[in-house]
Amino acid sequence: MSATAPTHDHGHGPELAGGKRDFLKLVASAGAVIAIGAIAWPLIDSMNPAADVLALSSIEVDLTPIVAGSGITVAWRGKPVFVRHRTDKEIKEAQDVPLGQLIEPEADSARVKAGHDQWIIVIGICTHLGCIPLGNKPTDPRGDWGGWFCPCHGSQYDTSGRVRHGPAPLNLTLPPYAFETDTKIKVG
Amino acid sequence: MRAALLAAALLLGSIAVAPAYAADDEAEMPHETWSFSGPFGTFDRAAAQRGFQVYKEVCSNCHSMKEAYYRNLDGIGLSEEQVKAIAASVSVPTINDDGEPAERPALPSDHFRSPYPNEKAARAALNGALPPDLSVIVKARQGGPDYVYGILTGYADAPATMKMGSGMYYNKMYPGHQIGMPQPLQADQVEYSDGTKATVEQEAHDVVTFLTYIANPEMEQRKRAGVKIILFLAMLTGVTYAVKRRVWSDVH
Amino acid sequence: MAGLHKSDVKNPVLNWIDTRLPIITMMNKEYAVFPTPKNFNYFWNFGALATVALMLMIVTGVFLAMNYTPDGGMAFDSVERIMRDVNYGWLLRYAHANGASMFFMVVYIHIFRGLYYGSYKTPRELLWMLGVVILLLMMATAFMGYVLPWGQMSFWGATVITNLFSAFPIVGGPIVTWLWGGFAVGDPTLHRFFSLHYLLPFVILAVVFLHVAALHITGSNNPLGIDVKSPQDTLPFHPYYTVKDSVGLCVFLMVWAGFVFFAPNFFGDPDNYIQANPLQTPSEIVPEWYLLPFYAILRSVPNKLGGVCMMFGAILVLFVLPWLDTSPVRSAKFRPLYRIFFWVLAVACVALAAVGAHRPEGLWVVLGRVATTYYFLHFLVILPLLGKIERPLPLPESISQPVVPRGGGPLPTAATAKPMEKP
Repeated sequence: MSATAPTHDHGHGPELAGGKRDFLKLVASAGAVIAIGAIAWPLIDSMNPAADVLALSSIEVDLTPIVAGSGITVAWRGKPVFVRHRTDKEIKEAQDVPLGQLIEPEADSARVKAGHDQWIIVIGICTHLGCIPLGNKPTDPRGDWGGWFCPCHGSQYDTSGRVRHGPAPLNLTLPPYAFETDTKIKVG
Repeated sequence: MRAALLAAALLLGSIAVAPAYAADDEAEMPHETWSFSGPFGTFDRAAAQRGFQVYKEVCSNCHSMKEAYYRNLDGIGLSEEQVKAIAASVSVPTINDDGEPAERPALPSDHFRSPYPNEKAARAALNGALPPDLSVIVKARQGGPDYVYGILTGYADAPATMKMGSGMYYNKMYPGHQIGMPQPLQADQVEYSDGTKATVEQEAHDVVTFLTYIANPEMEQRKRAGVKIILFLAMLTGVTYAVKRRVWSDVH
Repeated sequence: MAGLHKSDVKNPVLNWIDTRLPIITMMNKEYAVFPTPKNFNYFWNFGALATVALMLMIVTGVFLAMNYTPDGGMAFDSVERIMRDVNYGWLLRYAHANGASMFFMVVYIHIFRGLYYGSYKTPRELLWMLGVVILLLMMATAFMGYVLPWGQMSFWGATVITNLFSAFPIVGGPIVTWLWGGFAVGDPTLHRFFSLHYLLPFVILAVVFLHVAALHITGSNNPLGIDVKSPQDTLPFHPYYTVKDSVGLCVFLMVWAGFVFFAPNFFGDPDNYIQANPLQTPSEIVPEWYLLPFYAILRSVPNKLGGVCMMFGAILVLFVLPWLDTSPVRSAKFRPLYRIFFWVLAVACVALAAVGAHRPEGLWVVLGRVATTYYFLHFLVILPLLGKIERPLPLPESISQPVVPRGGGPLPTAATAKPMEKP
């Protein structure tokens, strides 16, 4: 078997009418790129959240059974969401804090929906290292500011979910939600 | 030429094998005209919605459809509100806050509720017969939609010569002609809100359209994509062949 | 042999790499300037098509595995979830399921091309044997993959095929129990089949690499079956055969897409959309079409152990084919008698497939036995004798010679050397 390179390789020779051939090659190459993209996209997209995951990406929560002073935890997109019914005293505490005292200054009014001051709804994941703070049940430790207390490293949050004592650097995150009626919210 | 012959022979051969799978059954398969057949077929939304009504009022009393979700009903043209209301009218088992089994209204994200909690319960309630799950029934039977239609419309009086088992019913389509399911559809079994006359054939046609959708919820998207992809590949084949001709034009 | 490679690559970065690991030089040598016989017809596309099919099977399989659960209670539902909920899950699964059929179709044509043009003959014996290893691995992989959806046909197919091993005396029973990991096909079986179904394609890939490496030592056979004599007989692989393979690839993808988008369950069995039920056997157990001929051979032998041996023998005989065929002439183009027997073999294989798809009753039994007998007769008796009896037609001088003087000349058969080629 001869391994010598052939001598008649005029495949790239300039003597051919180059224009048309180059154009054809361009179209064919573009087609190949599109084809590869069309094969790749379904593969990539299959790793995005599937329809059954997306179907659970918004949940409705009925607020009627939650008495003032207590809260519930609901699962939303695999994360705990704290829904807490604040007492008038807790609301007042949250509103009256001078912003200068806060680690991440944020007014209480920016963290609740207008007209629904008694409901504070936050994602229950400590902004330090992702533990779940205690404090939803009245019997839980709630820390010195009456909100939530993280058992992992002692971070404390107030009744507006704002961090008051480190090591957590940020306030508890607010999930996207809206009031559908006065007693029903839709998270997500 | 000979090479082409070889390819043709092998291809023909493999196709000749395919119909051999068909069961050598005596009953003749009906040939209904379906809105969803062919490369451009889509589901007739009105028929599928009527079919859902038949499923809900008749089939679902015994048959599960556990792979499908209530939210899948958006594919037969129902609005989000309608789907929510349909789901909410059904209660599904759950565990309450005290850890006790309880019931709650279903959500669009729930699977269709099964009429029996498990196989044994179904058999106990139905004279030992197990109604098959309907999620992919159309794909799970040789003949697909035509076969299911044939079963639903195939009830008749047993020939005098035939000895029927107890609790069995005569069906022209069913292999062996003895089926455990009593005739499920009767004329005017359901009342269609769009004024369509509810004959047995109409009900069967509608429910099969619905079940075919439930078995292939991706079908319309699949066929639309397929048409584009085949056209694209045909074009690409042409261009590539032209490039090949030019590249090879200097070879003698 | 140690020492840096002296690279000709201009780009400094690529040159730096190529000096230390000459992959660019290697790719250029093996795939760009690689001298390839100039007279291939379109049947020489099928090796490249099989490679692409393998790649697409691995890629779709990896992404399917991200959503599949190999558990008896959940496998069926997880496949349905892929079909209904995972983005483009239906496309991945249908492409993968039909891909198995496409892969076998392409490989079978590749094999029959090899049989017709004598591609297994010296010096390509090892190349051929590696190909048979690939076929065996493909069959094992396809069989285990078919079990994964955990439908009725999955379950009972697995039961029947694993039970084949029980035919062996004494060790048979323990082997089957060991394969199952229990006393029937069940959860442990499904788990191990999934593990192996994921592993074997990469083994196939490795053997394909060896197959191609061996090919690049011996060089390709060609429709005339004569050796390359001068550089005039060859063309550089790129662009001539890259573009020719691309044409075939486009057509191949079109056929594949046709099934995936418009008849996705054409090759499938309806029973596999019924969840596995260990207490109820479907009325008829049929393997996928690409295993039907072997299944037919199995059933054509009235003795259990005999059937199993014949079935494995049908593949093992291919390993020794290079030594069974005693004719020095490769291409059937110049072997008038072999050409007839080749077609008889092709018909016998198709007949066996048809037999495998039918209940073993009446004429099907007879046809199965006749075809099985011919299959073995062909390889074990006809081929060794034919090389001695047959008078081959005169071979052309070289690959490039018969193409230049068109028409007439002393070698009329050679003038049609490129039957699929447009001038």
